[in-house]
Amino acid sequence: MTAAIEFRGVSRIYGDVRAVDDVSFTVEPGEFFAMLGPSGSGKTTCLRLVAGFDTPTRGQVLLDGADVSVVPPYDRNVNTVFQDYALFPHMTVLQNVAYGPKVRGIATAEREQRAREMLELVQLGAQAQRRPAQLSGGQRQRVALARALINRPKVLLLDEPLGALDLKLREEMQIELKGLQKKLGITFVYVTHDQGEALSMADRVAVFNKGRIEQLAAPRELYLRPATAFVARFVGSANVADAVLAGKLGATLPFAIRAENIDVQDEPAPVPAGHDAAPGTVLAVQFHGAASRWQVQLDAGEVWSALVSEEEARRRNGLAVGARVKLSWPREAAVPLQG
Amino acid sequence: MRGASTFFWRRPHLYLLLLLVPPLLWFGTVYLGSLFALLAQSFYRIDDFTAQIVREPTLATYKQLVTAPAHLNIVLRTVTMALAVTIACAVIALPIATYMARYASGRVKALFYVGVMLPMWTSYLVKVYAWRMLLAKEGIIAWFANKLGLAGVLEALLAMPGIGGPSLSSSYIGMFLVFVYMWLPFMILPMAAALERVPGSLLQASADLGARPSQTFRNVVLPLAVPGIAAGSVFTFSLTLGDYIIPSVVGAPGYFIGMMVYVQQGTAGNIPLAAAFSVVPVVLIFVYLSIAKRFGAFDAL
Repeated sequence: MTAAIEFRGVSRIYGDVRAVDDVSFTVEPGEFFAMLGPSGSGKTTCLRLVAGFDTPTRGQVLLDGADVSVVPPYDRNVNTVFQDYALFPHMTVLQNVAYGPKVRGIATAEREQRAREMLELVQLGAQAQRRPAQLSGGQRQRVALARALINRPKVLLLDEPLGALDLKLREEMQIELKGLQKKLGITFVYVTHDQGEALSMADRVAVFNKGRIEQLAAPRELYLRPATAFVARFVGSANVADAVLAGKLGATLPFAIRAENIDVQDEPAPVPAGHDAAPGTVLAVQFHGAASRWQVQLDAGEVWSALVSEEEARRRNGLAVGARVKLSWPREAAVPLQG
Repeated sequence: MRGASTFFWRRPHLYLLLLLVPPLLWFGTVYLGSLFALLAQSFYRIDDFTAQIVREPTLATYKQLVTAPAHLNIVLRTVTMALAVTIACAVIALPIATYMARYASGRVKALFYVGVMLPMWTSYLVKVYAWRMLLAKEGIIAWFANKLGLAGVLEALLAMPGIGGPSLSSSYIGMFLVFVYMWLPFMILPMAAALERVPGSLLQASADLGARPSQTFRNVVLPLAVPGIAAGSVFTFSLTLGDYIIPSVVGAPGYFIGMMVYVQQGTAGNIPLAAAFSVVPVVLIFVYLSIAKRFGAFDAL
């Protein structure tokens, strides 16, 4: 099967900044693909290259097997949901949604019929005659979605679409978007800097850092087996032992260990069999509800964090900020990292 | 100092009053007051025998204004010129403003803004007389047309009935050129300001949905530039309606509203008729704004 999107050695260079640096990957048809990374990591530039708002300095971008590197956006079967929604302020909601068919020469009656169907799909049928300024953030988001889907694109690009919404609405929209993608069977490319969003929605996630893809894998794989220190920290908020620290802790390779796998115990207590341990001092304890996060300054250097359940925390009652502790973790929970 | 700040912070209404009273006094008395004084003058009339102003309310002056064909011709001539100048300014300004607001950046952008405003730093009179020189029969424009072998084109242009004349400097075409030159910045700047406010993502969204650049321009850029065009056209339209120097220095001998006001209140000493003539642009601008509003020019404000 032909890939929905393929990047072949794509670079985008602005002056002496490599926004995207020799990136290659494929997105399968019908896949929910997330591009995750901090700001300036190149994920949005990659999205712009797919949409056609930008052209690669080197390499090729293929859509459905055809090289579209220099094809303008209006000739690509790809639509975008913008971060700021980019709704036309001088048009009604209905006119906004009907804009795609309008510029493609569809007659008024037919395009308005289709626009109404799209508005029903996003449950905004009643708002058709309003202006975007009269809608709430969540409603605008849905209009942007309806407007982008009306052309029945092969690929839908979403540029941090939920960034401007509050937490509760964001979680609702995540479920709704995922359901919509399943129902329509369209390829979604979802750009976000929120690892929770990427992990919960995507089939596969590409983690971007400094213009390159650090790792491309399914969410579970990314979380359980991060390939690099960057992925371990950014995706799993894991503790990382670089080559130096790993040496001090008696390991041969750099490794990552997630906070929930670390146990905090009194310094003198014996280390259980099959566990490794490192001594340190408690810097801070943050209460998070079901668990609390303990920040511990290791004697060997780094600050690591451990996730301690409430039950455990009660048993560790005597330990507070400034206490001497020992962090221990099962050896098999340590994930070896590249370089 | 701190005491005064706190005093006013606790009494926001008093603060607002203090802030607004001086400008409102100025606006109310000097600005609106003189306008109404002018309006009142137009309801007086002049005694034909004594040439004295008769200070009793009457519509005689307005009757004189609308019944004399010469007077109507003056109004018609001025309005036609104002409309032509406004349209020409809008057509020339749109691409320039679009470039300034959407494409230029950094030094190039600054250069364009300075370039647009630079002519306004020179005396208005100097520019008008300079244009008379440029447009004269022996002027540089005629000379250039000759050198390029376009003398025939210039002659054909000047041979056009109504707007032609013996030379550019004594034809309505020449006057039109000077008006467009003079008021162009007043169209470019509000238009550029309106286009600056259009987020780039709207243009990307339009292209993304399948609109070719010409469709994006028609469906997105132009409607969003309309408030700027409306603001700019109020400037160009009203400035042309009221001007009396350009028509008296450049162009054919026919009178314009501004010249008529100048002549009536000066040499003719007919203040009521001058006042009645100066009410005409006020009414016309009002009509113009009503039409613009009807077409939704201010919906986006």
